[in-house]
Amino acid sequence: MIPAAFEYERPSSLDEALALLADGGDDARPLAGGHSLLPLMRLRLARPTLLVDIGGLNDLRYVRDEGDQIAIGALCTHHALSHAPELSGGCGLIAEVAGQIGDPQVRHRGTIGGSVAHADPASDLPAALLALDAEVVAQGPGGSRSIAAADFFVGPLMSALEPSEILTEVRVAKREGCASGYQKFQRRAQDWAIVGVAAVVESDGGSISNAAIGLTNMSGTPLRATAVEEALAGAADEGAIAEAAKKVSEAGTPFADANASAEFRLHLAEVLIRRVIADAMS
Amino acid sequence: MRRISVTVNGVRHEADVEPRALLVYFLREQLGLTGTNVGCDTSSCGACTVLLNGQSIKACTALAVQADGQDVTTIEGLATNGTLHPMQQAFHDEHGLQCGFCTPGMIMASVGYLSEHSDPDEAEVREALEGNLCRCTGYHNIVRAVLEGAKAMRDSETVVGGGNGAADGSGVAMGRVREGVVVP
Ligand SMILES: Cc1cc2nc3c(=O)[nH]c(=O)nc-3n(C[C@H](O)[C@H](O)[C@H](O)COP(=O)(O)OP(=O)(O)OC[C@H]3O[C@@H](n4cnc5c(N)ncnc54)[C@H](O)[C@@H]3O)c2cc1C
Ligand code: FES
Ligand code: FES
Repeated sequence: MIPAAFEYERPSSLDEALALLADGGDDARPLAGGHSLLPLMRLRLARPTLLVDIGGLNDLRYVRDEGDQIAIGALCTHHALSHAPELSGGCGLIAEVAGQIGDPQVRHRGTIGGSVAHADPASDLPAALLALDAEVVAQGPGGSRSIAAADFFVGPLMSALEPSEILTEVRVAKREGCASGYQKFQRRAQDWAIVGVAAVVESDGGSISNAAIGLTNMSGTPLRATAVEEALAGAADEGAIAEAAKKVSEAGTPFADANASAEFRLHLAEVLIRRVIADAMS
Repeated sequence: MRRISVTVNGVRHEADVEPRALLVYFLREQLGLTGTNVGCDTSSCGACTVLLNGQSIKACTALAVQADGQDVTTIEGLATNGTLHPMQQAFHDEHGLQCGFCTPGMIMASVGYLSEHSDPDEAEVREALEGNLCRCTGYHNIVRAVLEGAKAMRDSETVVGGGNGAADGSGVAMGRVREGVVVP
């Protein structure tokens, strides 16, 4: 189907984009890669009156090593991230996850800013950003502010962004020496995750000293599996990892939908945690 | 209506489009390039795959206005003076199609992928075509065709339009860059 009619602007600066959004009111939306917004508009589930196409703001396409942090511009595509040499150590998680999104055509268009701003509980990058304690930088008419990933995701398709704000950057502390991984369960190639698990693991002489686990699609927002993280500290073998993985039930009861019951989601999360940690440790 | 200027298969087109016009309908209905198919309403099937600045994209999930100032290659842009592109020839030789509906998208996705990975193995080809569905063949002959096409492209050093996504736009538009502006 073809989207309902809308006005379209393609600003050439961030200031211009912010002014257009402010003037456009509540029904104005930024357009980045369009790979969440256009499918919704084609199904007429979204009918914005004004699209502010930020695709021309090439200043927002970068991955920068800033010493102890990595800064990622909002318009970096999943494809670019999956090939970014700056994303190493624990931050390699972002490249790994980006490379598992959708299919090559989707990765050529979809952006990290759009994925994060869209706040879809089934999106893969949000769980990774949560596990990495990332910060999201938003620019609004009154200036810029930084929001912790833990505070950013508010509910399904709801984030802490104001309608007048543009997400400009994602910042992650460097974690050299950490291992990381992402695994998701899907019924068919190219499907969205029924459940996904992102992990960042630090180990010390064969046993885990620190682990961070982000869960995709277990709830209306990405979650941290804190009970599992605590139980993983000191784990050195498969048995201990398997015991720790069982604690995922303490992250809350997942939702049920056409793809999976709550019980099946818990089962998947437990198995994926086991696998992703074992992989990261090997 | 908005005025856009898009280079398609080496020819610059200027046209007025509604902002809501999808790139695939601009190609099919305004430019008459009906080789790019529409197979779904959910961005899933890949029948509409074209190259945008050398990278494969689904033309049903981009607005024509988003292609303003950019370089698009469609299936019609591959053959040179009536000679099939090596990938088209390989699909023919290896029986990589039955009804043919998915074929333009399969070929464009493959050609885009090979510009970054010229010598893939079978598993890599299957991954690279994750975004393209075929209801007929069961994929085996498609994968074989892509492997044969890749070999033929390496042997003939074929390059396809748009600079492989290079920011400097330094790509070669498949040997048929024509002069002049076409206004439909
Ligand atoms: C076939 C298909 C398969 C997919 N599979 C997956 C998958 O497996 N995993 C996954 O995680 N995702 C998947 N996606 C979604 C994909 O990752 C999208 O790219 C992403 O969700 C949105 O990014 P975008 O740049 O396309 O955003 P858009 O669609 O342009 O925008 C999405 C929303 O965010 C807003 N927005 C965008 N950028 C900004 C910004 N900088 N500041 C403020 N607001 C902004 C828009 O207004 C809109 O509301 C899939 C998409 C398709 C079409
Ligand atoms: S028509 Fe199916 S993905 Fe574009
Ligand atoms: S040949 Fe018929 S859909 Fe692929």
